[in-house]
Amino acid sequence: MLHVGLTHFLIVSAILFSLGIYGIVTRKNAVMVLMGIELVLNSANINFIAFSKYGNFGLGGQVIALFVIVLAAAEAAIALAIVLNIYKTFSNVNVDEIDHLKE
Amino acid sequence: MNFYDIIFYIFAAITLLSALFVVTTRNIVHSAFYLLFTFFGVAGIYVLLGADFIAISQILIYVGGILILLLFGVMLTNKITNVEIRTGTVHMLPAAIATGIFMGAVVAVMVWTEWKSEPSVIPLTTTKDIGHLLLTDYVLIFELLGILLLVALIGAASIARRDEE
Repeated sequence: MLHVGLTHFLIVSAILFSLGIYGIVTRKNAVMVLMGIELVLNSANINFIAFSKYGNFGLGGQVIALFVIVLAAAEAAIALAIVLNIYKTFSNVNVDEIDHLKE
Repeated sequence: MNFYDIIFYIFAAITLLSALFVVTTRNIVHSAFYLLFTFFGVAGIYVLLGADFIAISQILIYVGGILILLLFGVMLTNKITNVEIRTGTVHMLPAAIATGIFMGAVVAVMVWTEWKSEPSVIPLTTTKDIGHLLLTDYVLIFELLGILLLVALIGAASIARRDEE
């Protein structure tokens, strides 16, 4: 059990995923919710690369992980632009207080 | 327990502990800096899995790009009148119980499943092979991602632009 194999990487990924979900559902600040999403995406990437190594699938998993990183970058840019607009409109970014699309 | 295992446990501990601090500390700026260690730990795990190019991409894009973007987001959306930038939390206990149960279930499935494990031979450097794959098997996704990044760039700029009235 101490010898590191596929299961160890999957467990690390599962714990990271749960921590990300916990951050998403408990935080009020929209930027903190974004940080939780980044944790979730990272845990998915660990799974992709672990199966790429231990499943004998070639390098396909690594390429998909690269695509996930690119998508995360695009998502962070768009989300922060939206958060800045919300801050300009409502003067705070707490996701539980903002329930209108405009003032 | 050889050298590889020790390195793995060190990186896993760095990743999970700093991720725990990210979601529990109340100061947003501290969260952002703990996220730095999480990203580095995940990059170390990628290296252990033989994915050197992905690890470098992780450090370049996540630490150099996304984390700086998040810090800008923190700085631009809080009134920096005092040093403490705190964030509220909601539903702490139900969320902890629910995600704890979820984590236990997923980990149990991971442990009990008999994975068909046949380690593939990952080449020593993967950059050349990933480049070949990007321009042969995955060329359509590659092109689409280029368009997506362009659209995201234009969209973010136009959303965040100040209205000149």
